[in-house]
Amino acid sequence: MEYTNRILLKGNEAVIYGALLAGCECFFGYPITPASEIAHTAARCFPKLGRTFLQAECEIAAINMVMGAAANGRRAMTASSGLGISLKQEGISYLSGEELPALVVDIMRAGPGLGNIGPEQSDYNQVVKGGGHGSYHCIVLSPASAQEMCDFPLLAFELAEKYRIVVYLLTDGVIGQTMETVTLPEPLSKRAEVPAWALDVSRPRTNLISSIYLEHDDLEALNKKLQSKYAEIRANEQRCEEYKTQDADIVLVGYGISGRLCRSAVDELRAKGIKAGLLRPITLWPFPVDAIRALGQAKEFIAVEMSDGQMIDDVKLAINCDRPVHLINRMGGNITTIDEIVKRVTEIVGAKEA
Amino acid sequence: MSEEKVIFGRSGGFFPVFERRPGPIKSNMHYCPGCGHGILHKLIAEAIADFGIQDKTIIIAPVGCAVFSYYYFDCFGISAPHGRAPAVGTGLARANPDNLVISYQGDGDLASIGFNHILQAANRGENLAVFFVNNAIYGMTGGQMAPTTLPGQKTQTTPLGRSVSSEGYPLKVSETVAALDAPVYVERCALSTVQKIRKARLAIRKALTNSIERKGFSLVELLSGCPVNLKMNAQDMNEFLDNQMSRYFPLGVYKDIADSRDPINRPVGIYQPEAVRELLYPVRVADGVSESFRNPSRIFQSERRIKLCGSGGQGVLSLGYMLATMGKLRNFNVSWLPSYGPEMRGGTANCSVVLSRDPIGSPVVDKECNLLLALNQPALEKYLPTLKSNGILLYDESNGKCPDEVLERVIYTLPASDLAKQLGDLKYANSMMLGAVAVMMCDLFLDEEDKADFDRVFEEAIMDCFHEKEHVVKNNIKAFYIGKAKAKRIRN
Repeated sequence: MEYTNRILLKGNEAVIYGALLAGCECFFGYPITPASEIAHTAARCFPKLGRTFLQAECEIAAINMVMGAAANGRRAMTASSGLGISLKQEGISYLSGEELPALVVDIMRAGPGLGNIGPEQSDYNQVVKGGGHGSYHCIVLSPASAQEMCDFPLLAFELAEKYRIVVYLLTDGVIGQTMETVTLPEPLSKRAEVPAWALDVSRPRTNLISSIYLEHDDLEALNKKLQSKYAEIRANEQRCEEYKTQDADIVLVGYGISGRLCRSAVDELRAKGIKAGLLRPITLWPFPVDAIRALGQAKEFIAVEMSDGQMIDDVKLAINCDRPVHLINRMGGNITTIDEIVKRVTEIVGAKEA
Repeated sequence: MSEEKVIFGRSGGFFPVFERRPGPIKSNMHYCPGCGHGILHKLIAEAIADFGIQDKTIIIAPVGCAVFSYYYFDCFGISAPHGRAPAVGTGLARANPDNLVISYQGDGDLASIGFNHILQAANRGENLAVFFVNNAIYGMTGGQMAPTTLPGQKTQTTPLGRSVSSEGYPLKVSETVAALDAPVYVERCALSTVQKIRKARLAIRKALTNSIERKGFSLVELLSGCPVNLKMNAQDMNEFLDNQMSRYFPLGVYKDIADSRDPINRPVGIYQPEAVRELLYPVRVADGVSESFRNPSRIFQSERRIKLCGSGGQGVLSLGYMLATMGKLRNFNVSWLPSYGPEMRGGTANCSVVLSRDPIGSPVVDKECNLLLALNQPALEKYLPTLKSNGILLYDESNGKCPDEVLERVIYTLPASDLAKQLGDLKYANSMMLGAVAVMMCDLFLDEEDKADFDRVFEEAIMDCFHEKEHVVKNNIKAFYIGKAKAKRIRN
């Protein structure tokens, strides 16, 4: 039989294909719209490869199961949407304190509270700023297509293991639900090695995974170690996609579906004679501050996001508030349209010229 | 001078020196005098040493007084969040079935904040040995009420004594777990008299044996003293355990069916790249075209945005999927975005399809669409405003003629649903609609070579979707050509 690596997949399906090709061994999850297809696909595909799929009794259990599998040195993941991520925060704080690598996928829906199942980007603060207790960070990758949903799990596991850190894939319901043509990556050439620190029969039994440090100085030392790790990640792992930014007077910043919309908006704005560009953060933490700072010629920035304006703070911090940063946003499950972006940018440019 | 001889020393399951314990004291435990934890630790340590399983035993430390159990046990250790040990244990046990996982939990941890986790792990029959310390009080946090606190018992949070009308009755964990089908072994013991401790020792060994034999879930509940928080001396403590607690929590075996159970058999993961590819990559069903192939017709040079709508159950989403598949097979970038969630469960269904040679911006088609496929009138009315002024409408007129007010548009119609029913199944309406698309495309847009290719790519797409069902492929192809024959443009 002949196989092809070209396939139509929803973002939510692609992330499981990507995870399996990246050697992910265990998936633990709980159903939630608009992330459920991730669990559906995992339920279909993990057992096909003899790997572990388990529907947990709740979101909290799911992240703790991930903790167990990760402590065992296995590539493990879970997936959810805003409400579920809120519940997982306790576990993510523990994983961070225990320096366990893991992959968490968040397909954002509209909040607060039960909200609705429409897409939003309002988990930014709870994911990028660390929604649990303690001083910790997770690496946050933001896919903006089914192809990136498929490609990023490999990068996520590599980063997670390199830095012993939780890596999120953070995107919105539109990217999760949209089916697109995907070129499947090659499978890992061999099973990922069990790390030296793992609680595995192949490792010394003195290995211990804990986040309790009774002595204040010991806990401070752990915190300092974590912070120096985060500094290293900030220095080395910023990623973004830039589109027509080099001569841009006005730079749109957006991730997930907003980034896609901005790309189309940039073309329309350029056609109207407005020198617009797009910077699409691929890592939301670390935020691509170096790339933003390099855009010295830009006169204004515009954050485009489906929230009250959460990422906009990071844009302002990146440029030390030395130029205006505007917000174009929708909430409640509404998707910003390209028209709206073009109209608002045109207004902003017009207001400046007037 | 006679030589010093150790007749009964520290168990081999413990570290010889407790280096992990902060502070100067490295030889004894942090537990209070008279506490049951020390006894239980010793029974477990002896068992894992005697069974020779230290290299694959992982003890999960709970939140509670035993949070520091990893100071002592010479085996793998992990701290779990409060109450979550059974979930962490599930992860460990599933990740590698060779792991022997001990979940060590107190009454606040297991029976209060984590009660759902223990019941669910028990009910799944996870291969765990759970040792549950029931001392009727929260020890670590300073003597508050536990779910197992006895009626009338005074604690920091029941200063007048536990009132059954307010705080309810002591929670019976062993009875509850034993009522489930999956667990293989449940016993309640007491760490009071020597005789009872010896019984607990056997119970612990039995639970561990079940784990070694992969028989599944075992729970041993241990009534245990907390003289400091209960403000009792050793004698009163034993009296409390044996007479007062045991009245609410009768000792004994609640379930023991390990002998009748087969060992848990978990699959072995497949990682060999060739095997992974074979299991995960889709089968190539059509010869198709080379990667560099591009349909020459001008229509394909810019992005084409298509909206499909109808009522739930009409197959709108699969019609969109077929179009997307055709695009995929001709090397387009395609996106397909369905309406999702409750909207699908009754009412109108719609999806957006975009085909482009370039990266696709928005996959949402909510305006300026080039082609609208409407399968009924309400959907047509709802989505007509999204159609570009020169956009084309395809309409299934099975449920009524195309409304007059749209007649200035370029419209192709076909009674697709009626014709599909005549062919034997409403499902064929989609392929008939695609036949109508073919007619429209050939009339208006396609070069000669692309006209024939449209039929070819349709057949490839049908194969791509249904290659395992020969008759479905055959009937859909038939439906497509019926659609092609019957579709007509409304001339206005």
